[in-house]
Amino acid sequence: MKKINTIQKKIIEEFKILDQDFEMTLNYLMELGDKVPPIKEKYKIEENIIKGCQSQVWLTYKLNNNGFTFSGDSNTEITKGLLSLLIRIYSDCSPKEIIDSNLFFIEEIGLNRFIGTQRSNGLKSMKNKFKIFALSNI
Amino acid sequence: MSKPLNIDRLRKEFPILKTKINNNNLVYFDNAATTQKPIKVINALDYYYKNINSNIHRGIHSLAEIATKEFEKTRSIVKKFINAKNEEEIIFTRGTTEGINLVANCYPKKYLKENDEIIISEMEHHSNIVPWQMICKEKKLKLKVIEINKKGELDLNSFKSLITDKTKFVSLVHISNSLGTINPIKKIISICRDNDIKILIDGAQASPHININVQELDCDFYVLSAHKMYGPTGVGVMYGKSKLLNEMPPYMGGGEMIKNVTFNKTTYNDIPYKFEAGTPNIGDVIAFKEAINFINEIGKENIQNYEKDLKNYTLEKLQNIDGLKLVGDAKNRIGVFSFTIENTHYYDLGLLLDAKGIAVRTGHHCTQPIMDKFNIEGTTRMSLAIYNSIEEIDYFIESLKKIINK
Ligand SMILES: Cc1ncc(COP(=O)(O)O)c(C=O)c1O
Repeated sequence: MKKINTIQKKIIEEFKILDQDFEMTLNYLMELGDKVPPIKEKYKIEENIIKGCQSQVWLTYKLNNNGFTFSGDSNTEITKGLLSLLIRIYSDCSPKEIIDSNLFFIEEIGLNRFIGTQRSNGLKSMKNKFKIFALSNI
Repeated sequence: MSKPLNIDRLRKEFPILKTKINNNNLVYFDNAATTQKPIKVINALDYYYKNINSNIHRGIHSLAEIATKEFEKTRSIVKKFINAKNEEEIIFTRGTTEGINLVANCYPKKYLKENDEIIISEMEHHSNIVPWQMICKEKKLKLKVIEINKKGELDLNSFKSLITDKTKFVSLVHISNSLGTINPIKKIISICRDNDIKILIDGAQASPHININVQELDCDFYVLSAHKMYGPTGVGVMYGKSKLLNEMPPYMGGGEMIKNVTFNKTTYNDIPYKFEAGTPNIGDVIAFKEAINFINEIGKENIQNYEKDLKNYTLEKLQNIDGLKLVGDAKNRIGVFSFTIENTHYYDLGLLLDAKGIAVRTGHHCTQPIMDKFNIEGTTRMSLAIYNSIEEIDYFIESLKKIINK
């Protein structure tokens, strides 16, 4: 849990320079998205799909004693950027840590202001997918 | 006669155009989804609730009388706007969707029998597909689909080849909300007349842009939505020839649509009231009149000329952007442009444009079959209206180029 919060605080710090400017934030997210290595086609299966309103997201994981390793992909760069933040936060966590976690960075960065209602459906389903994976491994 | 257009002055009539979005001026290019409202429409709504709100056709008190008169005035103005023969052929609905559902429910009940055929096209909005699928399932009718060509135009040969002696009804969009294509409905209606087929035209996109004359067209039904023509949401019109409306059974039961109710036998009211069960959207219908006045004051000819210039200007600019592919390239079209961009997903593009204050639509635009046809998931769609300016288009094109070249 400590780790999850530490990374969230780090992310908030990193986004400060963008000054809650929508355009700069989007461009930064796209840069982050660009760095995410694409996942293999064989992982793009139904159980790994996260249904968003306009974008398609896939998430897959490995779990060992050191916790989760996630990899994900999306057909849109902005979504991929968001996904990369979640992956960064939840990597190496145990299922219990993920289930007990509370995400506050989205609000702090002001992303919820930009990515409201129908846009945030995708974000919500992404967050849920991590928890679903965690729950199924408890 | 109509004066030349002063766009700056016209824009001032739309309060929302002064709005800032993400610190930029709002540039509203999502007009095919819904149009903005001029101040006179907004004022009419305000006036209604402050001064004359009451239920219509029911009370004998003064307010009810005034509200009823204002409500019926809209009917008369709509009648002139689409040149219907009689006022009772104008039925108020919630919108195009309800208009189509009404016809899809009531017409087949009276006139169609098992194995009869209904024809729609590949470019229909979901609201002109699903109601027909539902009634076809219920009444064991057959639904056939006219194909479109690569340019996004109706294939008239495909249409003719679908017609059999079982074909009883055609339901077709006047102007496509995804492709901008203006369909040759006059020709199609005349083919229907030759084959004794009834036809409904979905005028949701056509009504704000081009002249509509239902008598000249000789269509049986014509449906539209007020909110796409500078009017309020929650109001639509279903025009139907009075002979058909008289013979068709009612859609919903309730107050207003009856003459006499007993537990043994209920008799229905005359048209248009037979199809207007319950308390209608009185305030919005009354304000809708001001939207039509707004259009009439500019004049459809002026609207068409100005929008044609905007359309040609946009088309040329879009065609010159590397990596941009227009979806739909009909010769006869309006200023609705769907496009895809190489290596940029429409979701990213829509958000990046929004950051610059530009509102466009992304996705399948409620026309999934078109997307399937062109083998894409969705597009970015920019759609024009009378208050858009060349400067806005320039800003949009510049923004688009910047995003693509990043
Ligand atoms: C061609 C067409 N038909 C029908 C509709 C449905 O209209 P409404 O949602 O106003 O009922 C639309 C609206 O997008 C449309 O563009």
